[in-house]
Amino acid sequence: MNITRRQMLILLPAAAVAWESVLAGTPEAAPNYKMSDHWWGMLIDISKCIGCGNCVRACQTENDVPDGFFRTWVERYNVSDENMTSPTVISPDGGKEGFPVAVEDGEKYFFVPKMCNHCADSPCTQVCPVGATFISPDGVVLIDQTYCLGCAYCVQACPYGCRYIHPQKEVADKCTLCYHRITKGLTTACCEACPTGARQLADLKNPKDPIHEFLKTHNVQVLKPQMSTGAKVFYNDLDGSVR
Amino acid sequence: MSAFKDAGHLFRFAGLFVLAFLVFLVVRHYVVPKSFGEYGHYRGAAIGEIADHPIKFAGHETCEGCHTDILDVKKAGKHAHVNCEACHGALANHADDPSIKPVLPDTAVLCARCHTASAAKPKGFPQVVPADHMGGGAPCETCHNPHSPALDSAPNPTGTPGGAK
Repeated sequence: MNITRRQMLILLPAAAVAWESVLAGTPEAAPNYKMSDHWWGMLIDISKCIGCGNCVRACQTENDVPDGFFRTWVERYNVSDENMTSPTVISPDGGKEGFPVAVEDGEKYFFVPKMCNHCADSPCTQVCPVGATFISPDGVVLIDQTYCLGCAYCVQACPYGCRYIHPQKEVADKCTLCYHRITKGLTTACCEACPTGARQLADLKNPKDPIHEFLKTHNVQVLKPQMSTGAKVFYNDLDGSVR
Repeated sequence: MSAFKDAGHLFRFAGLFVLAFLVFLVVRHYVVPKSFGEYGHYRGAAIGEIADHPIKFAGHETCEGCHTDILDVKKAGKHAHVNCEACHGALANHADDPSIKPVLPDTAVLCARCHTASAAKPKGFPQVVPADHMGGGAPCETCHNPHSPALDSAPNPTGTPGGAK
């Protein structure tokens, strides 16, 4: 076979591209778990939260979260009648060891557990310059810590303050929705440890998940809906003063 | 071939471009991770690596597999929906190797975390002021069985946290 220089020039890059895809191999299939069958979120029922801090402690244990940093934390809101737009919010050590006693004084007090909202249109993944953070096919916002440069763009981009730079690893860190648990049929550590059922893991693609009935029959809200982040942490009984 | 007369320098230039492109492909092949772009603009293998993180909370189904006696007490009581590790802490290591004995939680701290009265807690949730409750000094498990805490449902005269045997 005679190949002219022109044909050779066309063939070489094509062959290189083809060879590359051969080397890449086929993706490894996870046993018994199909990412395309799930779309994860969480339901947080404010009316059930007692501010015990079990979720915060469980998260720190399960995920080796360093002291002083939080993948989930609990805030206590204090809203007075005449000043709803500027509530007093406390979160001593993330609410890890509970809260000081709130004395009945006619004002409104309640707890708000916070965590990554695993947004479907997350601002944090959009700003990553290297493709180190991403939304997995099953809807969990994750970080590839071997790829992260620690530039902290994502830390600034998250409107909910859910990311931090890990003090030892010096890369971004955040809630993984206990990805290592939910892919094995377990619930998250925070849900497992919540004594009142205020936190419920939700699979929005599973038609049998009770989340669908709950969303239909309750007044459920997400945080900062005006930012159109597609947040998938749904709050029941959320007060308008919560930011 | 008269059209390509004196055009050798152009071919050499084009050749350089092609060479540069090939070098780019070779370098790209070595520096871009294999699974990059598998699902999107990220390294697909990272998902599996994150999923490989070790589990610390075994989950209540695992506990209930062995501790059926406690489950029976708990099922009938007010704490039926409180998972084991909510109080006992992460015990996957104990589930994997039962010879690792878990430390019993300190009820003075544990019970108070949830049941200390506070205006911020939901109104229907059972709450006490620990200082005023039974004189303030008695350990909770003197009267309450932690696995079934209502006094009328399961008395705990022996004060053993596992319930009266």
